[in-house]
Amino acid sequence: MYAQMVKSENTDSGPELDAFQARIDAGEKIEPKDWMPAGYRKTLIRQISQHAHSEIVGQLPEGNWITRAPTLERKAILLAKVQDEAGHGLYLYCAAETLGVSRDELTEMLLDGRMKYSSIFNYPTLTWADIGAIGWLVDGAAIMNQVPLQRTSYGPYARAMVRICKEESFHQRQGYDIMMKMAQGSEAQKRMAQDALNRYWYPSLMMFGPSDKESVHSAQSMSWRIKINSNDELRQKFVDQTVPQAEYLGLTVPDENLRLDPETGHYKFSEPDWTEFFEVLNGNGPCNKERLEARNKAWDDGQWVRDGMMAHARKKAARAASAKVVAE
Amino acid sequence: MSYQDTNPRNEWPLWEIFIRGQHGMSHRHVGSLHAPDAEMAIKNARDVYTRRNEGVSIWVVEAEKITASSPSDKGPMYEPSQSKVYRHPTFFDIPDDVGAM
Repeated sequence: MYAQMVKSENTDSGPELDAFQARIDAGEKIEPKDWMPAGYRKTLIRQISQHAHSEIVGQLPEGNWITRAPTLERKAILLAKVQDEAGHGLYLYCAAETLGVSRDELTEMLLDGRMKYSSIFNYPTLTWADIGAIGWLVDGAAIMNQVPLQRTSYGPYARAMVRICKEESFHQRQGYDIMMKMAQGSEAQKRMAQDALNRYWYPSLMMFGPSDKESVHSAQSMSWRIKINSNDELRQKFVDQTVPQAEYLGLTVPDENLRLDPETGHYKFSEPDWTEFFEVLNGNGPCNKERLEARNKAWDDGQWVRDGMMAHARKKAARAASAKVVAE
Repeated sequence: MSYQDTNPRNEWPLWEIFIRGQHGMSHRHVGSLHAPDAEMAIKNARDVYTRRNEGVSIWVVEAEKITASSPSDKGPMYEPSQSKVYRHPTFFDIPDDVGAM
């Protein structure tokens, strides 16, 4: 998902821990000043920041098309969508900051590669149809994960997720709207829509991460309620929801093994290529280098602005203080 | 110790944001953000927290300036009021004959 393969930390034990687990089991929210195990704090910082970084890096593939959107209306909509992604990143950084890290610290860890972002944003957006496919599939997959996270045990994270989910639904619909337009368009537009689905289908399935049936991390995160469903559960839900939507568009999901199992009512489908997933996660995807370079450049180029505004604020505060002394 | 000493990255301070959703309602905490000063905090809050008509008024407060109660004081702070049920109107039985009260 936006946070993939988040390693969860082993934790201390004792009466405090039991009381903490009891609160979570009772559905209580944990708030920033409450006692929490070090492992819970560390895992959450990792997970929330990875999610935040994904929102921020996720602006890049879509931002690529803002200047080339086919109409002024599409451009305004895409601009609003990309602005939302920035907002989502900020809500999440703030949630992470309540755990005792600073946003700039987290940014530095993204920029020097110590922290990760979702594998999906390392794929290129080659045509306008890719913007449709991202909204429909990528945001659709994100929603699958984020809706249950509104009930996560950490208060600030849950509240950030509530805001994000409200906005995410606009993102998916704008994507599907682009896909509908193209799928009902000329032959060339249809081909473009099909090509976008072909390229984004498996990377979207990878977003949920590998099967976590035997993962120790997942078990710990689930008992802390910072992970609500298993990766496989969410992936199945996504496929079940998305295949009929593709059929409506008259597009073909690029999977020969895809079929509805009448017994279970669920689709059977092929696993994505997990070797590719690990390659992308380890920095060898088509756009990893470009994405990190773009983020580093934005950070470096913005340094003088951040410093200048801080200097201006300090000067203004000092002036106001001395004017007050004179007046007295 | 000056701010620079405690802030080696020269990071913009954190502000807590409160928004009045509509006229007649109280301001509610919606989240936080970074900004160099109060004026910029309001501008950023407008962009981050009111993109969909969520508010008619914004308050910003530097996070550092907020004093919060401690979770461990929950007992002594709030338990005493639990035994004072007579503070609630439902404590008193008023006969139906009296009518609405």
